[in-house]
Amino acid sequence: MAITLKRKNPVDLIFSSITGLASLSVILFIIGIMYVLVSESSLAIERFGILKFLSSTEWNPVKEDFGALTNIYGTVLTTVLSLLFAIPVAVGIAIFVTEIAPNFLKGPIGVAIELLAAIPSIIYGMWGLFTLSPIMSNYIEPVLKKFTANIPLINILFQGTPMGIDILTASVILSIMIIPFTASIARDSFNLTPAVVKESAYAIGATQWEVVKNVVLPYSKLGVFGGSVLSLGRALGETMAVAFVLGNNHRITTSLLDAAATITVTLANEFAEADNDVYLSSLFYLALVLFVMSFITLAIAKFFLLRAERKYSR
Amino acid sequence: MKTILVTVLVAVLVITLAQVEASQLLNGAGATFPYPLYSAWAYDYNKVTGVQLNYQSIGSGGGVKQITARTVHFGASDDPMKPEDQAKAKLLQFPAVIGGVVPVANLENVKPGQLRLDADTLCKIFLGDIKKWSDPRITKANAGIKLPDGEITVVYRSDGSGTTAIFTNYLAETCPSWKEKVGAGKAVKFPVGIGGKGNEGVANYIKRKANSIGYVEFAYAKQNKLDYAQLKNKAGNFVEPGFASFEDAAETGDFDAKKGFYLWLTNAPGKQSWPIAGATFILLAQEKTDVNKKTVKFFDWAFKNGDNKAKELVYVPLPKSLKDKVRAYWKANGMQQ
Repeated sequence: MAITLKRKNPVDLIFSSITGLASLSVILFIIGIMYVLVSESSLAIERFGILKFLSSTEWNPVKEDFGALTNIYGTVLTTVLSLLFAIPVAVGIAIFVTEIAPNFLKGPIGVAIELLAAIPSIIYGMWGLFTLSPIMSNYIEPVLKKFTANIPLINILFQGTPMGIDILTASVILSIMIIPFTASIARDSFNLTPAVVKESAYAIGATQWEVVKNVVLPYSKLGVFGGSVLSLGRALGETMAVAFVLGNNHRITTSLLDAAATITVTLANEFAEADNDVYLSSLFYLALVLFVMSFITLAIAKFFLLRAERKYSR
Repeated sequence: MKTILVTVLVAVLVITLAQVEASQLLNGAGATFPYPLYSAWAYDYNKVTGVQLNYQSIGSGGGVKQITARTVHFGASDDPMKPEDQAKAKLLQFPAVIGGVVPVANLENVKPGQLRLDADTLCKIFLGDIKKWSDPRITKANAGIKLPDGEITVVYRSDGSGTTAIFTNYLAETCPSWKEKVGAGKAVKFPVGIGGKGNEGVANYIKRKANSIGYVEFAYAKQNKLDYAQLKNKAGNFVEPGFASFEDAAETGDFDAKKGFYLWLTNAPGKQSWPIAGATFILLAQEKTDVNKKTVKFFDWAFKNGDNKAKELVYVPLPKSLKDKVRAYWKANGMQQ
């Protein structure tokens, strides 16, 4: 009844159609971007096909032979590593803020995390090149190399000279960038845990550790997972922070101390001077691949977040 | 009523002024390398003539695209455009200023300018054939200095750039195996080494990594006092990078007005020529004679009055003989009386 009444009011009608148009424009933008990416990359799609482009490790602008595998490899590897570094820290932060911190500390820590999210990524990039990368190459990487030298399989990960411009450094910077996202989503999920359940656990004598482990975490694991996948989406697309410390090396390497290339880094480095049609088209093709990858990860994240909400918000 | 009248008058005035302004405006876009110089020239030119020059440094590829689409008054590119491509896009081309590329290394106990390399050695190092500084192919020409036994780390530009284009053209011209295995271009697949982003990225790597070698723009090497190497030129002399050796290259290089000055200024034949030099070019639309006259007037002014400013910013001005050739080209195409 209320809805039909609203519809009769002309002001409301205008208002609702304007907001509707605004939302529709988002969908139009996405379709437009998709269209441009596909049409610009059609030359490369025709020339290299889909499977061959995705599986080829070649990236040779002079011979006009392009493949995406080295870029996809770099993108996936840096993203996965950065999640490995970031999630434990972010979950720790969220637990501390929601369960352990005294009230006067919650505010400042929350603000600090949000500030971390507000720093432009180019600043992370410059900081990475001039500050973090020397620290990595002089102190951290030689130590890692020394300790893993005699462990089979693991020592493969730390072969080569520590230069500080490599997959490891890039992943560390990325992880710092995505901690705020993961932490704030984890915090929100933890807050969804019903206070009654927690209080009951304390009442039967559970320790703080037991409450977090047996009550809070099981309640919010889907939310934490969804948050992690959202950060994954962000890490996939991050450009400037990584461009300075990854080296744009189109090779598949097993060592974390080697330079690599991600899709976004390749685009940032090579777009401005790509002078022939196939080259430019292949860069668009790479962008299309990233678009699809991001789309899939976001869809997965949404799926889990929705499930989490349905399960616990009742 | 009065306020409306005033508003209308002001609006008319603003529009007229804007139109005057538009006729005094030159728009250019392209290469990033000459950007600091063009804007310095534009600043001085504006003080003298009132003409305003906007230059957007969007990269050479973008400059070529924009002038081909006729969205700017002139384009700028570090890549010499081939005569047939000029004809196809109906463009005119002339050089504006000279730059160059310098190999730089980080070797203990070796001072700037002490290391001597020839084209073949440089090529073999960048191919990964020569792996150590103690290799006899390097030490042969460097009897006076003590080179370390360490492994060589090659550093290259990871982003597409005119610097890489000039450097790889030099290697491809002087070294057949480079031409066959790698080729030349703004971005190539380097067989060995690590990539730094921009001149600053390459320099940063080289400073931090002992026994490394890379290449940067001359101006960057000079301003940051990097350890550059001497190169053996086509005439067989070891030369140091500097204004004199770049000018010598520009003077002896075979710039041909008939080809729209298409030339990679590498391996110039002069006795004192630095072998890895290159001109940066201006591209004009053939049919837009009126606009071109304005652009040419600016560059003519810069050729007359801008040499000191160029040297101050570590660019190499065109030698007089080449300036005369360019002026003759302008006249022949009706862009200058």
